[in-house]
Amino acid sequence: MSFLNNYIYYIGAFGLIFIGLYIILVKRNLIKVIIGLSILDTGINLFLISIGYISKGTAPIFEKVEAKLAPMVDPVPQALVLTAIVIGVAVLALALSLAIRLYHHYGTLNLRKIREQRW
Amino acid sequence: MKRIISFILLAIVALGITLSLLNIPFGMPKTKVGEHYIKKGIQETGATNIVTSVVLNYRGFDTLGEVTVLFVSAIGLSAVLATREKKIAEKIESASLVLYTGCRFLFPLILFFGAYIFIHGHLTPGGGFQGGAIIASAFLLMYLGCRERRISEKRTKIAESLSGLVFIVVGLIGLAVGGYYFLSNFLPKGTPFSLLSAGIIPIIYIAIGFKVGSELAFIIDRLMRESE
Repeated sequence: MSFLNNYIYYIGAFGLIFIGLYIILVKRNLIKVIIGLSILDTGINLFLISIGYISKGTAPIFEKVEAKLAPMVDPVPQALVLTAIVIGVAVLALALSLAIRLYHHYGTLNLRKIREQRW
Repeated sequence: MKRIISFILLAIVALGITLSLLNIPFGMPKTKVGEHYIKKGIQETGATNIVTSVVLNYRGFDTLGEVTVLFVSAIGLSAVLATREKKIAEKIESASLVLYTGCRFLFPLILFFGAYIFIHGHLTPGGGFQGGAIIASAFLLMYLGCRERRISEKRTKIAESLSGLVFIVVGLIGLAVGGYYFLSNFLPKGTPFSLLSAGIIPIIYIAIGFKVGSELAFIIDRLMRESE
């Protein structure tokens, strides 16, 4: 049980990462591949946050001037994840626009059919 | 066949990651620099939200890169979608009165909330990126509820360019006046826990809020226009 308690965030994060990787590798619909990319992104964010977690830590935001210092979680991974979320949104928007273009060009989002068509 | 190969590949990756993960303890402090930020962050930057002080003060240059990535992706999206020939816009069926009025009622409130989020970024959870996303969600609501309304492309471009310019100019002034690195603080830090504190951080976050909000609204505008 303590193993599960200790590693539950890692397990969840890697579950998300592997679900995302599996979708990217196996699915043929481009929209599903993009969804897989997004899930993978979420899993990596969760993983970074859980690496920075400190037991019984609170969010790294001070509330009162001289509060007793409770342990605070590491702010560096949180700042990195803040960056990563924005980059994830940017990548998602760009990928969706490319998917729209592909659909208008080939009339399908099935990657196998697109590969067969050649322009 | 492909499925089996991908399962084998995933199993290999999973094994490698699990073996390496077993050596990373959970819940232990791992970096020295994080402790330093928590202990000295308020004195050095004046911001009580340590994440904000990391994002905008200690690693402000990274944030400039991040904003640039978002900008480039907005440009790329409009470039990818712009080459299509434009269809003649047919008449859009307007929404019902209840939906229309509700959206127009909620729109300024959501804008206000977004502005609150990014103005208080150095005190409370939140900041420019989150506030900008909330502002863009207000525009998305307008697009879904009052469909004949459009945001002005020119105005989003002006807001985006001006706020990007503010970011860079403030950073360069910091380089010239405050110290020897980009985005160094040249304003008084003020008393912590008050709104006018933390030097340049609120200015930068307001600029980022406008920039992210206008960029995401622009992206939404492009995608919605494409869907018609």
